[in-house]
Amino acid sequence: MMMLEVENATKMFGGFVAVNKVNLTVAEGETHAIIGPNGAGKTTLFNVVSGLITPEEGSVTFRGKKLNKMRPHDIVNVGMARSFQRVNIFPRKTVFENVQVALLVHAKLHFNPFRQAAKLYHDEGMELLALVNLEDEADRRAGELAYGRQKQLELAVALAANPKLLLLDEPTAGMSISETKASIALINEIVEKRNLTLLFTEHDMNVVFEIADRISVLHHGEIIATGLPDEVRDNEEVKRIYLGKE
Amino acid sequence: MTNRLQIYVLIVAFVWLLILPFVGSRYSVELATQILIFGLLATSLNILVGYLGAASFGHAAFFAIGGYACAYFLTTLALPLVVSMVGAVLLTAAASLVIGFFCVRLNEIYFSMLTLAFSMLIWAIALKWKSVTGGDDGFVGVAVPEFLGNYFTFFLFTLGVVSVSIIVLMIIGNSTMGRVFIAIRENQTRASFLGVNVRRMQLIAFVIAGTFAGVAGTLLALYVRGMYPETAFWSQSGHVLIMVLLGGMHAFIGPLLGASVLTLLEVTIGQYTEYWQVFVGVVLVIVVLAAPEGIYGLVRSVSKRIGGRQDDDA
Ligand SMILES: Nc1ncnc2c1ncn2[C@@H]1O[C@H](COP(=O)(O)OP(=O)(O)OP(=O)(O)O)[C@@H](O)[C@H]1O
Ligand SMILES: [Mg+2]
Repeated sequence: MMMLEVENATKMFGGFVAVNKVNLTVAEGETHAIIGPNGAGKTTLFNVVSGLITPEEGSVTFRGKKLNKMRPHDIVNVGMARSFQRVNIFPRKTVFENVQVALLVHAKLHFNPFRQAAKLYHDEGMELLALVNLEDEADRRAGELAYGRQKQLELAVALAANPKLLLLDEPTAGMSISETKASIALINEIVEKRNLTLLFTEHDMNVVFEIADRISVLHHGEIIATGLPDEVRDNEEVKRIYLGKE
Repeated sequence: MTNRLQIYVLIVAFVWLLILPFVGSRYSVELATQILIFGLLATSLNILVGYLGAASFGHAAFFAIGGYACAYFLTTLALPLVVSMVGAVLLTAAASLVIGFFCVRLNEIYFSMLTLAFSMLIWAIALKWKSVTGGDDGFVGVAVPEFLGNYFTFFLFTLGVVSVSIIVLMIIGNSTMGRVFIAIRENQTRASFLGVNVRRMQLIAFVIAGTFAGVAGTLLALYVRGMYPETAFWSQSGHVLIMVLLGGMHAFIGPLLGASVLTLLEVTIGQYTEYWQVFVGVVLVIVVLAAPEGIYGLVRSVSKRIGGRQDDDA
C-alpha cells in the first residue's frame, strides 16, 4: 500500500505558484527526501500534505484515505506527525512537559477535566526523551536548550503521536556538522526501530544521499526528477539547476 | 512546587473565613461575602485569560445571566432554591455554549471584541426585557429563602458554594484538560499538530468559565436581593479582568488575591476620598508596570530571592 500519494497539487500565494502540479508517492517504509534550492516550495508542499494550508488544486491521499478538507489535528489523528523548519515546541514549558502533553493528547486525555496531570506519563515521557538523548534535560525550560537540542525535542514530541508517517522539514537546519551527523544517525535508527515512513527535506546533500531510499527534486514548485539516489545524482537537469551549484 | 503552597494558602484562608463570622463584625462578614463572589467570578475568567490565553472582555455577561435567571426562577416562578440555582447555572452554561460557538472562531483582539459585543447585547436585553428583568429599575425583591435571610448564614452558604466551585476549578486547572488549555496558550500551531482540535477545546474552556461565572451570578442575586443591568455592562467585565491581572493570571490563586486586594482597596480608599478610582487606577498602573505577573508574581519573586526554588503551575 502507498503511504502517501500527492496528486497534481498546486498552491498559489497571490499570483505566485509556490507548488505547481506536484505528484509524489511515498511507499510504506520508505525514506523519501525532497530536495531543492531555497524557495523551491518544499515547506509549502509539507504544509499542504499536513493540512496546514489548503491547495488550490489536487489531492493528498494518506493510507488510502483522501485528506481533502481535513485539518491538521484530524491528520495527526490518522497517523501523520511533523516537525517544522523553524523549531515549533512549547518553549516556556519544561522539556518533560513538552512530551507529556503530546502523550496525553495522543491518549485523548484532553477531554478529561478531572484526571490530574502532574505525574502522568512519567515513564513514557522519559523513555521518549531518552530516545533523543534529552533525559538529562527533562526539567529545563525547552526554550533554554541549544537550538539543535530543541530540534531533537520536537522530534520526540512528534513521535509521541505514534505516527506511521513522519514529516521532518530540515531536521538538521542550524546544527553543526557533528550535530548533523549524530542527529541523522539518530533519526535513521528511530525510523528503523519504529518502522516509520519518513518524508524529509534537507539541504545537506551528504545526509540526503546517505539515508534516502528515494529522492524527489523540487524546483520552482515543480518536481523535476524523482527516483533512486543514483538516478537523481546522474540526472542531467538536476545537475544543471541544482547540484551544479553545490 | 508552588502548587502545594497555593493549596496551603487556600486552606488557611478557608479556616480563617470559617472563623470570621463568629468573631468579625457584620461589615467585615459582608465584605468577605462580596470578595468570595468576585473571587469566584475572577477565577472562572482566569480559565480563559490565564490558562487558555484568551482575554474575554465580556465575562460579566454570564455573571448577569446566572443572576437574573436565579432571581427569575426563585421569585417570579417561585421555584425552590436548589432548583433555581441549578437551573440558572445550566442556563448560563447553555448561553456560554451559544456565545462561545461564535467567539472562539476569532483570535486575540477580535475574540475580545466579540465577547464585548455579546456582553453588551446581554446588557441591552437586561435593560429592555422589562417583563422578565425589570428593565432599568432592576429586578428587585428577590425571594431569598428565610434560612439565608441573615448575613451570618448567607456568608456560610456563600463560603460553601464558592469553596466547592474553587476546588472543582482547581481540579480542572491541574487536569490533563487544563494542560492542553495551557498548551494552546503557549503555541496553537503545535497544539493542533499534537492532534488537538483547538477550536473545540477553546469552546470547552469558554463554557467552563461561563458556567462558573453563572454560579457567582446566582450568589450575587441572593446577596444583593436584586439584579441590575449594570452587572452585564462592559465596566463590570473590565473590573473582573483587572482583578485577574492584579492578582496574577498564571497562578491559580492569583484571581482570588486580585479580587481581595481590589475590593479592599476600593472600600478603604473610598472612605477617605471620593476620587478613590483615581488612586486605584494609579495602583494598577504601578502593578502592571512593576509586576506584570501580578501580586502573586511579586510575592513569588521576592520569596525566590530569599531562597527556595519555585515554579509556576500554569
Ligand atoms: N505564506 C506565504 N505567502 C506568500 N509567499 C509564500 C508564503 N509561503 C511561502 N511563500 C513563497 O513560496 C515560495 C516557496 O517557499 P517555501 O518556504 O515552500 O520554500 P522552501 O523550498 O521550503 O525553501 P527553504 O529551503 O528556504 O526552506 C517562496 O518563494 C516563498 O517566498
Ligand atoms: Mg523550507
